[in-house]
Amino acid sequence: MPRVSLFVTCIIDQLFPKVGIAMADVLERAGCSVEFPEDQTCCGQPAFNSGYREEARTVARHFLKVFDGAEYIVVPSGSCTSMVSHHFADLFQDFPAELAATRTLEPKVYEFSSFLTGVLKVEDFGARFEGIVTYHDSCHALRELKIKDGPRRLLGNVKGLELREMDIAQECCGFGGTFSVKFPEVSGGMVRTKIESIKKTGASTVVSIDSSCLMQIRGALSRAGLPIETMHLAEVLASR
Amino acid sequence: MSVVFDEKIQQTLGNAKLQLAIYTSTGRLMDHRKKSLTGQLPDFEELRTHANAVKKHTIENLDYYLEQLEANVKAHGGQVVWCRDGQQVADFVLALAKEKGSKLIVKSKSMTTEEIDFNERLEHHHLESVETDLGEYILQLKHERPYHIVAPALHLTRYDVANLFEKELGVPNDTVIENQTLLARKVLRDKFLQADIGVSGANFLVADSGSIVLVENEGNARLTTSAPKIHIAVAGVEKVIPRAQDLATFLKLLGRSATGQPLTVYTSFLSGPKRAEEVDGPDEFYLVLLDNGRTKVLADREKRQVLYCIRCGACLNHCPVYRKIGGHSFPWVYSGPIGAIITPQFMTVRHEPALPFASSLCGACAEVCPVKIDIPKILLDLREDVVKARTEDASNQLERLAFRMFAFMMSHPWLYRLAGKLGARFGPKKAWVSHVPGAGMLPPVKLWLSQRDLPSLAKKSFRDLWKERKG
Repeated sequence: MPRVSLFVTCIIDQLFPKVGIAMADVLERAGCSVEFPEDQTCCGQPAFNSGYREEARTVARHFLKVFDGAEYIVVPSGSCTSMVSHHFADLFQDFPAELAATRTLEPKVYEFSSFLTGVLKVEDFGARFEGIVTYHDSCHALRELKIKDGPRRLLGNVKGLELREMDIAQECCGFGGTFSVKFPEVSGGMVRTKIESIKKTGASTVVSIDSSCLMQIRGALSRAGLPIETMHLAEVLASR
Repeated sequence: MSVVFDEKIQQTLGNAKLQLAIYTSTGRLMDHRKKSLTGQLPDFEELRTHANAVKKHTIENLDYYLEQLEANVKAHGGQVVWCRDGQQVADFVLALAKEKGSKLIVKSKSMTTEEIDFNERLEHHHLESVETDLGEYILQLKHERPYHIVAPALHLTRYDVANLFEKELGVPNDTVIENQTLLARKVLRDKFLQADIGVSGANFLVADSGSIVLVENEGNARLTTSAPKIHIAVAGVEKVIPRAQDLATFLKLLGRSATGQPLTVYTSFLSGPKRAEEVDGPDEFYLVLLDNGRTKVLADREKRQVLYCIRCGACLNHCPVYRKIGGHSFPWVYSGPIGAIITPQFMTVRHEPALPFASSLCGACAEVCPVKIDIPKILLDLREDVVKARTEDASNQLERLAFRMFAFMMSHPWLYRLAGKLGARFGPKKAWVSHVPGAGMLPPVKLWLSQRDLPSLAKKSFRDLWKERKG
């Protein structure tokens, strides 16, 4: 039985806690033993992406401490996964002890959907969800972790669900962390372009594996008064 | 962010006609690239990897290849002129023009000459320099700099061009593109015949053959380099490649990445001036090798990847930020993702400190780059450089304080939990809100709300729900 330590990410912990619960439900259904290391906070990406490396290292060191000894670390976010598995090594390139700890940790960190398809090798969770859904590729999952077909296959096995592709599924939603507030009008323009593409599919729900993208998309849908929902993949897979 | 940068961004975003022009033109270039790769070039990924390796090797041995290039250019009867900056280039050209009594220069498209304000520097000394690429000619009439590395007039419609020609050339307003092209051709043909000097850039400088390679679609570069008695090629030092056989890789990548063409209409290989037995070609050939900030980039093992660029423009077309803010918002001649890593490095990060931050780090640029420049990684490194520079200047104190607080909170779980609880207790209660009382005091919240609604902090965090779930 795989022993999974959840890293729920600060966004899901504080803003979308149900996503974390759904992820735990799905993992337990698949036979994992799931634990939640209580002292976890953030991966440090906001500081790293803003150029504050020392501050990012402080947070990353905390992460390394909290997840030391984990068998699998599963994360409901491509972006936060990539921060740990791709960027911690950059952050600690001149810090041998932390770099060694990072190298030990890297192969244990999985984005949620790729843990299901790649490690558990389960793609049907007996989920049922009635509705037309479109899938948004989050950039870091797509381009840094190369996650593209897995989430679509998982959605394809959900009963009652019809998946319709956007013409620009792989184009950025414009979130980009602090970019969203440093260049708000550009970021806003990008998400409105995305929404036009979402509307064209006729979908009633946008699904992604990153809640930060969904925060941007949902926020813009809500502002535009459009009756389209957003859901994390874990929530869809946990639906019965 | 500088006021100018912000203003230009807002102007571009606010111009619906321009937004449509940028989105349509870049979209078309994206489609063309995709079509030219689908089923046509099965070894595309291997070619990219190879191109990256060749560029890496060349940049790491730049001194060796430049000397080899110089020796081979001289062996063909050409001359090599080393220039530190635009002033030295202008000094050389002006002195040569004076010596030869030259009055008119024709130019083919070159970003390197744009970079050093070539035409303006010469015009200042009453030496006329005429752009002969159609897009560049239009922009010269309009007194604008290129909007895009490959498609300089990408932002203009045929209606804009009709109005411009009517105003500047005194011709009837004609919106038929073919007629506009014919008109430009007629005007420029005379210039070619009168010109004393032709100035081109170079797409590649081949060290082992001493040749320069030019790719183009209009034939104007070929005329520029062969009709006048003197040909001057101005190129950045990073344009050198070791061997002629490497072109088999680079030419396959360049046309497809830029415009979706397997090859451009004209590919010229020029090796020195006209030989005694030849009928065509210039009597004199000069290769100007320009530094202008390039060699100082060599010191950084990671960031010097910027010198691999072959100026295809694919990163611009695929960049969702470029597609919103366009080319003229950028603080220097190089726009888009590649511009965002060239400008801070060739100049300094202080030139426009906000530039490396004008990216969502989506990675679409790196995905299409034919020489695999890791643009997002370099942007991240440059952001670190900006923060360091601002620390030295003691500017942006508030942001630094905020990130210190962030780091402290995120490494002290009790504080993080407390902050979450307080936020949920005193923050808005509705799931998604359009207004937050007191948002004016919290700039990030205010800026977020300027575009979209904000989710409230959950009444119960995940850790609360997890405790309940475990019962």
